[in-house]
Amino acid sequence: MSHSVEIKKLDLEFGPVKVLQNLDLNINEGEFLVLLGSSGCGKSTLLNCIAGLLEVTDGQIFIKGNNVTWAEPSERGIGMVFQSYALYPQMTVRGNLSFGLKNAKVPKAEIDKRVARAAEILQIEPLLDRKPGALSGGQRQRVAIGRALVRDVDVFLFDEPLSNLDAKLRVDLRVELKRLHNQLQNTMIYVTHDQVEAMTLADRIAIMKGGKIMQLSSPDEIYNKPRNLYVADFIGSPSMNFLEGHLEGGTFKVDDMVMPMDGYEFVEAQPSDRPVVIGIRPEHVVTGELVKNLPLQYQVDIDLVEPMGSDTLVYAKLGKHPFRIRMDGQAVVKAGQTLEIGIDTSRASLFDKATEDRL
Amino acid sequence: MANVDQLGAAVAANTVIGPRGPKPRKRFSRNNIFLYGTLIVVGMYYLLPLYVMIITSLKGMPEIRLGNVFGPPLEVTFEPWVKAWAEACTGLDCTGLSKGFWNSVQILIPSVVLSIAVASVNGYALSLWKFKGSEVFFTILIIGAFIPYQTMLYPIVIMLREIGLMGDLWGLVLVHTVFGMPILTLLFRNYFASVPEELFKAARVDGARFWQIYFQIMLPMSLPIFVVAIILQVTGIWNDFLFGVIYTKPETYPMTVQLNNIVNSVQGVKEYNVNMAATLLTGLVPLVIYFASGKLFVRGIAAGAVKG
Repeated sequence: MSHSVEIKKLDLEFGPVKVLQNLDLNINEGEFLVLLGSSGCGKSTLLNCIAGLLEVTDGQIFIKGNNVTWAEPSERGIGMVFQSYALYPQMTVRGNLSFGLKNAKVPKAEIDKRVARAAEILQIEPLLDRKPGALSGGQRQRVAIGRALVRDVDVFLFDEPLSNLDAKLRVDLRVELKRLHNQLQNTMIYVTHDQVEAMTLADRIAIMKGGKIMQLSSPDEIYNKPRNLYVADFIGSPSMNFLEGHLEGGTFKVDDMVMPMDGYEFVEAQPSDRPVVIGIRPEHVVTGELVKNLPLQYQVDIDLVEPMGSDTLVYAKLGKHPFRIRMDGQAVVKAGQTLEIGIDTSRASLFDKATEDRL
Repeated sequence: MANVDQLGAAVAANTVIGPRGPKPRKRFSRNNIFLYGTLIVVGMYYLLPLYVMIITSLKGMPEIRLGNVFGPPLEVTFEPWVKAWAEACTGLDCTGLSKGFWNSVQILIPSVVLSIAVASVNGYALSLWKFKGSEVFFTILIIGAFIPYQTMLYPIVIMLREIGLMGDLWGLVLVHTVFGMPILTLLFRNYFASVPEELFKAARVDGARFWQIYFQIMLPMSLPIFVVAIILQVTGIWNDFLFGVIYTKPETYPMTVQLNNIVNSVQGVKEYNVNMAATLLTGLVPLVIYFASGKLFVRGIAAGAVKG
């Protein structure tokens, strides 16, 4: 598979602040890549660098094999969709869609054809002669996507496009975006801080922190095999339970509890004994009848119960450590009870306490 | 505690009788009387001189000599207005204010157009196309707003003489354009800084360059701030006396200078009615501009104030 976008040793500094540091990233043809991170991690900055809206301090950017490091945004073969839609308020929807094409001196007939096609794909044909002020949030964002669509670009860039929409619309448009990607098969780079958007849309997710990529893998791998503590903590809601303890001869020990790590896939074959952190997802804690199938059971004291309909979130104490458990929505549990749980260590994650890397 | 209990009991007992719906307001409350009273007094304070000017300008000289300053004219005459416009003398020249009016128009229009055109591009470039040293440039420009005009009068005389524009209307236009620059640039810069940055980015992705973004995206969005700038410049330039009297010569005197020459002439009888009419005529242009665009003016000021 050829690379659609290649980023080589990219640096970006704002005065003394290093926003991006020696960043390498290859994005495949037709891939949906999500840049995910909390605010200030450099994800939007990276996207602006790819778009050519920010000048880089060092490094190179290639799009379709062309070095575009010094190219104008309009010469890079990219289309961009912004969080605030950024529609030109004084132009109609048609004017918004055709503005870029007029600047590129595309013939009138061709402009009409492309606008009609984009309008059809996005189902905004009845809105073409309205001004953005007369559109709803979802319609505006569709027009913004259309503005990228008409330009027939290789790469679509999305800068938190759904963050300004209400929850229901966000889910609808998310599904539509995924459908659009399946239909167009373009390369798409999508910035978000919403992990649900990242998990549902992405072919691969790049989790960023402090201007560096912490992990770049498929959503499945990010969820099941986070490469370090930061990724493990960031992905998943509610987030992972972490227990600090020791690894001794392939068994995790904390206080007087032991958890044999049979079935756990270690990164290196025989890790030596050392202080470690174990991460257990609340939804991977076994409760009810299934507990009997596991070799070891543990008792937890329930502090608080949050019923959410589809499932129930239980805040408990395992020994003296706070521990969250996600149970079935119909589970009957009350604060003050003790609960018997089992832990499937093959689905847990072990991290070196010193380096915070996965073992 | 007892109060709360009583209140609770009252609420429980009188759920229907208790306060319900919009709270009634008294029209003649103490607050209202004080507020409107103050407004009326202050309004009178400012309107009384205007009233005196208008009635005096409509009286004949014999009636003025009677000394009844506040009384309405017994016999309304428009002769002072005609005289002020076409016949009043400054020295030997007896053509009234009309020549000054047309001079002022000739100064006003190019000054307003030029200063606003340059300042809006300045503000646009300084807010959206930041370059190395743009902040320093802007700071220097703003410092210009704090230097008293008087200190620069003579240096400008020399500069205008050297470029051959001393005494020319275009020399005065140049001076007005330059002196309008700091405050107008600040005004436009703050306005464009409040335009969402993503709009500017989107236009760049769409392939628009400096002038295209300015004319096609930014200009249509910034009508209110242009109205503010026009009002500021029209009133400022029209009312200017200092630059007008220094950088022009008698044939090119603006209206304000001519008004001064008519009103302050020490020879002959003081024609108060003509003086009043001449002053009202001179003040008419800014007034018309202000009333025609007052609503837009307020909106523009507010728009510029949101982010700055």
